[in-house]
Amino acid sequence: MTRRRIEPLVWLMFSGGGVLAAVLLPVLAVLFALALPLGWVSRPEHGHLVSLFGNPLTQLVLTGAFVLLLVHSAHRFRYTLYDGLQVKLKRTVAVLCYGAAALGALAAVVVVWSVG
Amino acid sequence: MTEVRVYRRPVPTWWWVRKRSYFVFVMRELSSLFVAWLVVYLLMFLWAVGRGASVYGDFLNWASTPWVVLLNVVALLFLALHVVTWFNLTPQAMVVKLGSRPVPAALVIASQYAGLLVVSAIVLWLVVR
Amino acid sequence: MADSIRLQVTRYRPDADSEPRLQEYDVPLRQELTVLDGLNHIKNEVDTTLSFRWSCRMGICGSCGMNVDGEPRLTCATFLSDYAPGPVRVEPLANFPVVRDLVVDLYDFMEKLPRVKPWIIRDDERSVDDGEYLQTPEELDAYKQFSMCINCMLCYAACPVYGLDPDFIGPAAIALAERYDLDSRDRGARERLDVLIEHEGVWGCTFVGECTRVCPKHVDPAGAIQRYKLKAAKESVKAFLLPRGAR
Repeated sequence: MTRRRIEPLVWLMFSGGGVLAAVLLPVLAVLFALALPLGWVSRPEHGHLVSLFGNPLTQLVLTGAFVLLLVHSAHRFRYTLYDGLQVKLKRTVAVLCYGAAALGALAAVVVVWSVG
Repeated sequence: MTEVRVYRRPVPTWWWVRKRSYFVFVMRELSSLFVAWLVVYLLMFLWAVGRGASVYGDFLNWASTPWVVLLNVVALLFLALHVVTWFNLTPQAMVVKLGSRPVPAALVIASQYAGLLVVSAIVLWLVVR
Repeated sequence: MADSIRLQVTRYRPDADSEPRLQEYDVPLRQELTVLDGLNHIKNEVDTTLSFRWSCRMGICGSCGMNVDGEPRLTCATFLSDYAPGPVRVEPLANFPVVRDLVVDLYDFMEKLPRVKPWIIRDDERSVDDGEYLQTPEELDAYKQFSMCINCMLCYAACPVYGLDPDFIGPAAIALAERYDLDSRDRGARERLDVLIEHEGVWGCTFVGECTRVCPKHVDPAGAIQRYKLKAAKESVKAFLLPRGAR
């Protein structure tokens, strides 16, 4: 009987976040971090963005995506600290990384659902 | 067995700068920091959108200042590294089958890029229409 | 091509030295000579005190693994001419304790391999009179690649995770577990999963991929490990979702 383990599920979230980081994040980042600020595309009407990001379906998708992206980051950075910087305080690193991801997830929920 | 004094060679702190494949690996892993930054940035953007039209405009103006642009360009470069390495590694990480026939690696990689294009097109259309 | 090439070979005497050092030897350089040939030249003609492991000299026994210019290689399959004009550093296989000169202590792997139960596990043992277990060519192809492992340990030498965390069970052990899991005659996947689902099992791996790059038999242990992670994740989801009886 396989005992219940959390590590495989965290890895699944890491993988999902990795896929989203590769498939969804690029367009979001290029659009909102470069194209809009630098005027490559004309800035959308504020009202249009409010109706887009205030749509519950968008908000659901974004919440899920942000949570998975944050878990992906935390999981990967945790192992970077173990292997890259040889940090030995394993439990502390894990708590800090996933804790930061949890805080970020909380912030994501608050921000995403505050629009519209 | 007689006691032998084995010698354990220490791993140098900068082990990953000594070989190109190790260096690219660590850079790939560090992309995680920039993924986190971009999530934070997008949340800041959404927060500004939620605060009203003038805050939205001010935020985009702030985002166009040189240091922010530089940070985001660097972030996007690391994100590109993530995209390329993630897509390339997928065929090695999982056996993809269509029915009973295995899908060749090149096709698995190509279809992921196709997915990226489709998602990007949809998001682009949703935002700029 | 010059007549000879210089080898810088690690020497370490546990009773006399506090740490290893490099000693230089000039060995003959010919088109067909390997690093192992160079080491045997040293031992036979120059310095009989040099210790190193080797056996088949044709890339199938897995004994002669060492770090050549920083890369884990089978010395019997590494041609001196590829390193001309030299010098060439020949060091003990990385990530293992050095016993003497180029000989490393492989006890850690010897302890880890049996943990994954690399043998056919069945609920029902058939007697020889019942005949052999039949297997189609397709069933053989499913695991054949992973059965090519010669236990040469180059993958452990290449793996930075193993170098930093010796608790990590390592590439070859996981690839061999996968070899048996995929074998149609085997029924032991659950037992191996219980071992590999631990933290020092598959989860330490961060898919650096160096193990696959250095493997002389094209086993692709990195691929085996990632496939195993997915398998473990699927089982974990089932364990959380399904009631005990259905698992």
